[in-house]
Order: sequence, then C-alpha cells, then structure tokens
Amino acid sequence: MSLEAGVIHGVNREHPLRLLHEMLRIRRFEEKCAELYSAGKIRGFLHLYIGEEAVAAGAMPALGPDDAIVATYREHGHAIARGIPMDRLMAEMFGKQEGCSRGRGGSMHVFDAATRFYGGNAIVGGGLPIAVGLALSDQMQHRPRVTACFFGDGAVAEGEFHESMNLAALWKLPVLFMCENNLYAMGTRVERAQSQTDLATKARSYLMGAESVDGMDVEAVESATRQAAEAVRRGNGPMFLEFRTYRFRAHSMFDAELYRDKAEVEEWKRRDPIVMFSKALAERGVVTDALIAAFDTSVSDEVNQAVEFAEAGTWEAIADLTKDVYTPPDNSRPASTGAV
Amino acid sequence: MATTTYREAIRAAHREALTKDPRVFLMGEDVGKYGGSYAVSKGLLAEFGPERIRDTPLSESTFVGAGIGAALGGMRPIVEVMTVNFSLLALDQIVNNAATIRHMSGGQFSVPLVIRMATGAGRQLAAQHAHSLEGWYAHIPGIRIVAPATLEDARGMLWSALQDPDPVLIFEHQTLYNLEGSLADNAGAVDIDRAAVRRAGRDVSLVTYGGTLGRTMQAAESLAAEGIDAEVVDLRSLRPLDMPTILGSVKKTHRAVIVDEGWKSGSLSAELMARLVEQAFFDLDAPLARVCTAEVPIPYPKHLEDAAVPQPPAIIAAVRGIVNRRG
Repeated sequence: MSLEAGVIHGVNREHPLRLLHEMLRIRRFEEKCAELYSAGKIRGFLHLYIGEEAVAAGAMPALGPDDAIVATYREHGHAIARGIPMDRLMAEMFGKQEGCSRGRGGSMHVFDAATRFYGGNAIVGGGLPIAVGLALSDQMQHRPRVTACFFGDGAVAEGEFHESMNLAALWKLPVLFMCENNLYAMGTRVERAQSQTDLATKARSYLMGAESVDGMDVEAVESATRQAAEAVRRGNGPMFLEFRTYRFRAHSMFDAELYRDKAEVEEWKRRDPIVMFSKALAERGVVTDALIAAFDTSVSDEVNQAVEFAEAGTWEAIADLTKDVYTPPDNSRPASTGAV
Repeated sequence: MATTTYREAIRAAHREALTKDPRVFLMGEDVGKYGGSYAVSKGLLAEFGPERIRDTPLSESTFVGAGIGAALGGMRPIVEVMTVNFSLLALDQIVNNAATIRHMSGGQFSVPLVIRMATGAGRQLAAQHAHSLEGWYAHIPGIRIVAPATLEDARGMLWSALQDPDPVLIFEHQTLYNLEGSLADNAGAVDIDRAAVRRAGRDVSLVTYGGTLGRTMQAAESLAAEGIDAEVVDLRSLRPLDMPTILGSVKKTHRAVIVDEGWKSGSLSAELMARLVEQAFFDLDAPLARVCTAEVPIPYPKHLEDAAVPQPPAIIAAVRGIVNRRG
C-alpha cells in the first residue's frame, strides 16, 4: 500500500479494495501479535486495535506524506496504515534492532522518521501538546501541512487535552484532533469519566469545528478526515473528529474484562468494520469471495514474512545501551560528552 | 566593558539568538506584553513581533510540549517557565517526552529545545515560588541542566544551549537578576560543559553553583581573613557534572564542602558527595561536608527564609569543622 494522498476516492474499484486490504493487514498483524505474545516472543504491554481498524485505515489515505502523525500506545494500526513496513514493525514488537525504533520502544513506542510518525506515546494525553508544537512549526515555517493527532476518549479527561485544544484553537494551528472513542478508558466507561459524554461538544466549546463519525465505517472515516484535513490545511485552524468505535479485545493482554458485558462486545462485533465493508463491497460488485481469499493469502504471507524478519533480527549490543540518550558529539558544535 | 545586569545579559543573549537564527522564538507566560515576570524579555515583543515572542495561556504542560513538537518540526524554541515550582505542571512533557524521545526512537528524533526558568529563594515568595528543584532535573538522563551564576554565563549560556541538539534546561536564580557588574562588549557564547574555578585556593574546595556562588565567595573571603585559603568551584553544568574539574580541585585541597540550595535528602549535594567518595576517597584528609537548605518548605518571613537557605556563616562553620581537624 502506498501513501500518496488524493487517490481518487470512491470512483474506482481499486481504492475501496485498498481500504479493505489495509484493514485486513492490521487485523492479521495483530492476531499474530496476540499469538506471539502468548508464545513469549512479544513482551511488555500489548494493546490491540482489533475492532478499530476502520479509523486508521480510513484516515491515513486522507493525509499526505508531508503531514505528521502523533499516536498513542495502541498504534500498530496507525503505523501499518501510514506505511511503516510491517516487517520493521514486527521487529520492533520483538525488541530487535531492525525494528523501526531500533527495538528501544516496543509495541507502545513506534517511531519512524521516513513517514513522519512521532510515536507511540504511552502517557494518555501526552502526545497532544507535541502535535500542537509540530503544527506550530509548520505554521511558523509557512508549510501547508497537517498534524494528525490520534488519542482515545480517556485522553479527553486529561488537562493536556484541554490545554492543547485551547492553544491550537487560539493560535489557529493546523492540528487534526482524531479522537478514537472506544467507550472505555482502560476499564472506565465514558459515562463514568465524563460529565459531558458528547465529546464533540467539548471541542466546539473551544470554537473548533467538530464532527462525530461512525468509526466502524471506513469510507465515512476517510471522507470525514479528507474534508477536515483540507479545512485544516487551508489555515482555518484545528478540527476535531470523534470516531465512535469499539475495541473487540481486552485493553491489554493482562485485562480480565470485568467491566463490560460479553453481550455488549458481541453486539459491537456485529458491526465489525472488515465484515461490514466486505459485505458492502460484495453488494456493489467490487469484491468477490475469491478476491477476499486472495487477499487473505497475501496478507498472511506478508505477516509470516514479517515474523521471519523479526525472528532473524538481532539484539542490539549491550555496549550500545546508552547510545542516543544524547546526540553524539561531532565537529560542527561545541564538545558535548554526553557523560553524566 | 559596559555595566550591565544578569537580567540584561540574558535579554541580550535572547536578542542575539533571535537576530542570528530565524528558527529561534520565545514562548511562555507573559513573556510578551508584560515583558516577562522577571522582566527578562522586556522590549523583545516590540523588537521581534508577536510571531516570535509568544504569550501563552497558563498551560505549562502544553506550551512546554509544544516546544518539544516545534523543536521536532525544525524550530529552535526557547520556552520560559515562570518558576521551577510551575515547571512541575510540565513534568510529564519534560521527563516523559523531551528526555526520552531520542533514545526511545532509536536516535531518529532529537529535541533541540531550551527551557529557562527561575529558581531559588530570597525574595520572600514562600513555598510555591522559591524552591530549588534543579537537582531533581539533574536526575534525568536525556536532558542537560545548566545554571548560570555570573554575568558572562547569563550572557553566554543561551546561545550554546540553542546549539545543543538535545533539550537543555537553564536555571536562573531569582536573586541574581539584579546582579550588576561589567561585561566585555564582545561577550558571547560560553561553553556549557565545564565547571569553573572562581577562586583558587589550597586548603578546601567549596563546590557550588547558581544562587549560592556569591554567598560562597563571600564565605571564602571571610575565611581568607582567618588564614583558610578556600577554592571555589562553580559547577555551571549540573548534568553532566564536570568531574575532572571537581576532582582536580579536591585532589589539590584534600577537603570539600558542597553548598547547594536544594534539600539534602536525595539531592545533587548527595550525588556530589557520593562521587567524591567513589572517585577521591584516598585523597581526602577530612570527612566531606555540605551546607544545604533546611528540610522545610521555604517560609515567607524574611528571618525564616534566610535561616532556611545556605548563608555565609553556615558555610564558614562547615569549613572550620573540616579544616581544623588534623588530616
């Protein structure tokens, strides 16, 4: 999947198939991650995006290669849809130095300069101020770029959310706030955490354009993101999009899910974004069972190759443990030993 | 040579940076129209305009985080936080992001950000405006901590900090802003790596930085009158510590007193003493000593505030306590 923006939306057969393919890549990648977690190959915290794929898969085609992405610790989907090679992402999950963050960050800290992917932030709300600053640098340098900042409904309760919404709106910064409302901040349902559960209302209180979107509908996500990104790029200030979505899996691999009913999960699974979109495309005559089977095969191959790549990857030398705590000195600036 | 103040020297450093590098801008609370809560940036708004001298809302976490983002995006931000106590509202951005991003991203992104803030007691501002928490920040790998104590350093450290590709925090002791003296007309960038020996001496090393340098120098002069020749080392950089200079002094004098306006417990002074024990134990002729702030929140009344923080008599007493022992 390539990154170029502006692929004609909805008028050809290729584009919807790309969206479906992207969601499948995310889904299969993460299913494999869950398996590898149980096998002890992936450690630490693992937060799966399964159920929410339509948001990342729909949003990324609406952004350009010069735009910036700031994401959360549930960011595998964003990384894949943004174009970070799956093998380097899997190597990161393993902690291998061939990983996109040299294995230093793991699942929660995916970084990639080539695609302007600024993490992978595991402090809820912590990425918003950084997104505001990236947008400020674009505004000050007169670059028509957008910074897309993904965060969950949990972040909306943080002070940094409100500070960032205010500053971005006050300075008319080109930030696209992408709120993935999956209804739960870990185990706390939105009604138990928010006095105002209509999150777009909060954004509007900062005099920011805001819209709520069906986050299970990949085309709705893409269309809303494209319109919002265009408005932001025109210099009209930030926009806020709330994507109503749901995570099918536990918060992390340690979550016993005591806080929600299985029936609720099953209800949402009936709106599985991949199943729904496959059906819609079949009805439109865009996709056949044979094509979906072919997709499955190619995606499985890609995932398996990513696992092989990660398995074959190497561990960073312990001698490099403290490398890159500070920028190594060079001749172009005053000596800086980096020693403590 | 021209007569100037610490405040004016920092302002001149800003003016130079803003003039020389179009990527540099200043943001913080009341840095523009108000002129800075300590009047450091007075006049800069008129000179450089609101695009580069940015008043922010009272939202420390976000304007510090925006500094990180702007640095990632190619700018060279200077973020002013009014006081070190307020910087605690931005601790998430400083500790979890600024300090980690380079290492955590495998060296892909660095954060060339400068954060300035006032620190320290002495103006009767009580327990939420007067603490000395720079030692806390010096605990954190990934950031660099400097403390200008002289006019030369007030003038010269900012430019060097802006050339650093990694985050630098500059701590300005609030009692120093009115410090007056003469500064060479061509004063400019200074290194931010090395400690400086401010007074040479043979009998004891007094190791200090920032706001307590002046009080330590006073103590050294009084000690000279009673025949004790103290060497005064100004750390300048709190992280990394310039151990060669500190050890060079202690190995010459064989005695050391640390003077630090931070509290003793879990502190920079404790770190310095531990390193001296690790690296110079057999060179010492007497136990190490330190003069720090009493373990209380800084109180408002002047007599109590003065009693809380290191003063020359306490420094003199600490020196006498280790110099008059037989080695």
